[in-house]
Amino acid sequence: MPVLIPENLAELREAACSHDPVLLAGGTDLMVALNHRSQRIESDLTVVSLAQVPELRSWSHDPTSGELTIGSGITWSQLERAPFDALAPALAQAARTVGSPQIRNAGTIGGNIATASPAGDGLPVLLALDATVDSVGSDGERSTPLSELLTGTKRTSLAPGEVIVAVRFKVDDGWQGYAKIGVRNAMVISVAGVALVLDGTARRARIALGSVGPTVLLAGEASAFLTSEFDWDAWTCSEATIATVAEMAAEESRPIDDHRSTAEYRRHGVRVLTSRLLKRGRERR
Amino acid sequence: MKRVETECTLTVNGVDHAVSGLHPGESLLDTLRERCGLRGSKGACEEGECGSCTVLVDGEAVCSCLTMAAAVSGRSIVTVEGIGEAGAADLQDAFLRAGAVQCGFCTPGLIVAADALLTRNSSPSVDEVREGLAGNLCRCTGYGRIVEAVLDTASQRREQP
Repeated sequence: MPVLIPENLAELREAACSHDPVLLAGGTDLMVALNHRSQRIESDLTVVSLAQVPELRSWSHDPTSGELTIGSGITWSQLERAPFDALAPALAQAARTVGSPQIRNAGTIGGNIATASPAGDGLPVLLALDATVDSVGSDGERSTPLSELLTGTKRTSLAPGEVIVAVRFKVDDGWQGYAKIGVRNAMVISVAGVALVLDGTARRARIALGSVGPTVLLAGEASAFLTSEFDWDAWTCSEATIATVAEMAAEESRPIDDHRSTAEYRRHGVRVLTSRLLKRGRERR
Repeated sequence: MKRVETECTLTVNGVDHAVSGLHPGESLLDTLRERCGLRGSKGACEEGECGSCTVLVDGEAVCSCLTMAAAVSGRSIVTVEGIGEAGAADLQDAFLRAGAVQCGFCTPGLIVAADALLTRNSSPSVDEVREGLAGNLCRCTGYGRIVEAVLDTASQRREQP
């Protein structure tokens, strides 16, 4: 089982396109599957490590357009800290809730997207930010809205050998936050997660939900209602609006009962988290 | 482009180890213990929950059970065996003084995680120590004495840099 370690994007494209490989980013999902034999690597299969490709570890912020581009190999530990904590505070908040320091040092934002777990902590935030995913594959480069890339539980529209290069979104004037529920503060897979973005430039609200559906969900009706009811000049909204938005988001969730929680508790969680985030968001800009 | 099949060289605690016979997807933890003779790093959960296999890769604390050995060939790996040599024996001493070691199984991972924490933050608060060690499970001590040992080391290092 060869492991290829490309050292730039051109080598990565060559390795990924010609071998139909298993892509190894931080390893925090793949290695668990290998260790527990729930996924086998056949001896003729090629592993391509993404860790040594500098293009995937870079980021940029265009102050004019407001667009932040984050390389797929940026780790949660990086996202917790400057400059991302100021540029994308909701993503930094999500990063801080992922696993442990060891997991956050290894796990990457690109891995989170490609694994496409409904409980992926970065995904509600990226969906609420209306993020676009840049990838390269044998058909060349493409840019796909995250909402289209995620097709189901642990399913994406990525082709075999297609590699996520970066994810980008606008960081506009406004407020953004992420909150999640789990059994404790550390090392916990989300039972329910909510991201709220109040975009002061576009005057648009977006609420996205994690762990309460087959994939992360945009609460479209709650987002539209909040967009119309939020007082964008005074930067506030009423208690009644908060209660209605929280209820609508809970109604739009599609949770199930499983070993981690019940559908009822998850829906309640969405209601509480949405309300909590909106109370925080209207307080400050 | 570097290509690793079943043989590679791992740089552990500053020493190059030529390893061979790697099985597909072999974890760094297994390689360190079974091929490099470094059994300080412990294996328990093999899914990143317990932290007993924590090592440094290029200075960052990671779970060696979640690290593919072949993929870190050429990078700098430090295990608990290398922490003392690198001058952090004060941390181990503090653990012993505080009574932070009982059965000892979690201790190597905690020493490496604590060392990484103190490298990044030389005067952590109690909460920062607890958060920094959140990826290391200890079923004996209740953590109080571990936190105390790390805080003691931090203040000692500040007094005697």
